[in-house]
Amino acid sequence: MTRFLASRLLQAVLVLLLMSVLVTVLIALMPGDPVDLMLAGNPKATAADAARLKALYGLDRPLWERYVNWLGAALTGDFGYSRLFAQPVPAVLLPRLGNTLLLLGASFMLAVAIALPLGVLAARKPYSLLDDAVNLFCFAGISVPPFWLALLLILLFAVTLGWLPASGMGPVGEEGWLARLPHFVLPVATLTLASVGGYTRYVRSAMLVELRQDYVRTARAKGLGEGQVVWRHTLRNALIPIVTIVALEFGTLFSGALVTETMFAWPGMGKLIYDSIMGNDLNVALVALLLATATTLAGNLLADVAYAALDPRITFKDVRS
Amino acid sequence: MGAIAAMRSRFLRRFTRHRLATVSAVVLALLALAALAAPLIESAMGVDQTAVSLLDRYGPPSFEHPLGTDELGRDVLVRLLYGGRVSLFVGLAAALASAVIGTAIGLLAGYFGGRVDDALMRLTDVLIALPLLPLLIVLSAIDPTRLGVPEDWVSGEDASLGRIVVLVALFGWTTVARLVRGATLSARRRDYVRAAVALGAGSRRIMLAHILPNVAAPAVVAVTLTVGNVILLESVLSFLGLGIQPPLPSWGNMLTNAQELVSTAPMLAVWPGLLIFVTVIAVNLLGDGLQDALDPRSGGSR
Repeated sequence: MTRFLASRLLQAVLVLLLMSVLVTVLIALMPGDPVDLMLAGNPKATAADAARLKALYGLDRPLWERYVNWLGAALTGDFGYSRLFAQPVPAVLLPRLGNTLLLLGASFMLAVAIALPLGVLAARKPYSLLDDAVNLFCFAGISVPPFWLALLLILLFAVTLGWLPASGMGPVGEEGWLARLPHFVLPVATLTLASVGGYTRYVRSAMLVELRQDYVRTARAKGLGEGQVVWRHTLRNALIPIVTIVALEFGTLFSGALVTETMFAWPGMGKLIYDSIMGNDLNVALVALLLATATTLAGNLLADVAYAALDPRITFKDVRS
Repeated sequence: MGAIAAMRSRFLRRFTRHRLATVSAVVLALLALAALAAPLIESAMGVDQTAVSLLDRYGPPSFEHPLGTDELGRDVLVRLLYGGRVSLFVGLAAALASAVIGTAIGLLAGYFGGRVDDALMRLTDVLIALPLLPLLIVLSAIDPTRLGVPEDWVSGEDASLGRIVVLVALFGWTTVARLVRGATLSARRRDYVRAAVALGAGSRRIMLAHILPNVAAPAVVAVTLTVGNVILLESVLSFLGLGIQPPLPSWGNMLTNAQELVSTAPMLAVWPGLLIFVTVIAVNLLGDGLQDALDPRSGGSR
């Protein structure tokens, strides 16, 4: 297992390095020079000032040199300074990472809590009316554009009914999580609704496959109640593919969070990625994107490890390393 | 009946058993027709979709403007139809491009196996591991002229169309590739391939004439499902202002300002998104029905 982990970690590092080069190159290709952008609103700035600032920030050096400098500094833990927020990068990143994890964690748990029973129920009575309804619900969930869903929720709950706030993390000036709770509802609801359809489908397929197995027939023949058969025995086995696929979906959560955070002005990683790219803030964008990649890679690794660990028939050698 | 005709009628019978899939096919056909007919409808109604008229902003539905007017006084219905053209075109074009790339890669990986397969699959894995939306955002924001792309390729409305097709296809091929590879792997072991090898057929001929027709079914299903994802991707990018640029309408960019307008003109926020939703769900249901009709063992919803 250590060999497997080691080789996967090595691959992850390579992918991250590749990603850092890619992002550096791409951001350098974006229109607009960062110093020019910075000085744009300042009528007293002269060309000499611009040249001086560029030399100060090292923007007049060739791209590969800038990258190598960044890499050297990053390996010692110095991730640079954010032009947009006027703070060192970790100070910008970490609180926002926390906010995003809060959002993702809550919606993930809620989605799984809904998907498991729903999928199991649908699998128990395939092709019934309930199953058809669940299926349609799932298809709707994976087909709905998340930003439109957010708009509809805002329209219904914030504008028409006025029950819930439409943006931000909490009321200005007030502390305490109770006051912040209403701000949670709409973003979490959006993310949950967008992902629950996919998860339910996986649960249903996995359960359908398991329910066809011989051991289920044996258990029923032994006289076990249907509840016991389904929930105690079948679900456990079905969890293996479910966990695997859900861990894989982990990576895509970040993309979903990006749109939701931007729409609800939730100060998290997704919005940070968007703002820093649009604002040409290389330091922040680079680290944020690397974090997003690392999360996806971690999710994939977790899926493979879980797959091998949960299913005694599978060893690590079988898992593609 | 000949064998092919029998297969076709069997396929049709299985397909029409799926009411939802059949309904989806009809809905999609109607949407496509309406979108194609956009210029005709535009002149029949006597409006011009590009005509900005600030005096007529946010007009309610009327005889002249069945769905009202938007924030610049343009007719909503006609814009929706034109937007449909763009969104459907991008969806199909990007899905086809993904199909071509994905099928090629899947065939090569599955047929040759070994190092080729390893390398190609690693490439696929790396692409899947990257965070899709953030990367697409960065990619859409770059300025291609800095790469040496000639200026006139980059400016203009059609450029944003071409660009988004290329971008989405860059990442969309992975699902098709994986599916085609799996199908190729199992097709490779079949007797007809062995016979072709024994007869001295070259690799290219085997892949194109023998394996490809047999992996066509899963490939088609994969492509149909890709269309839905592509349409969603295009709509998100256009919504963020990075995809199709206004004034060229797309369902996504018609929603860009919708958040600010949600109190003044809520219906403007509803229509484009509703159309995206209906299209994507229809495509997904269609794909599901196709999957089951082509191969009932494959484990679709039914």
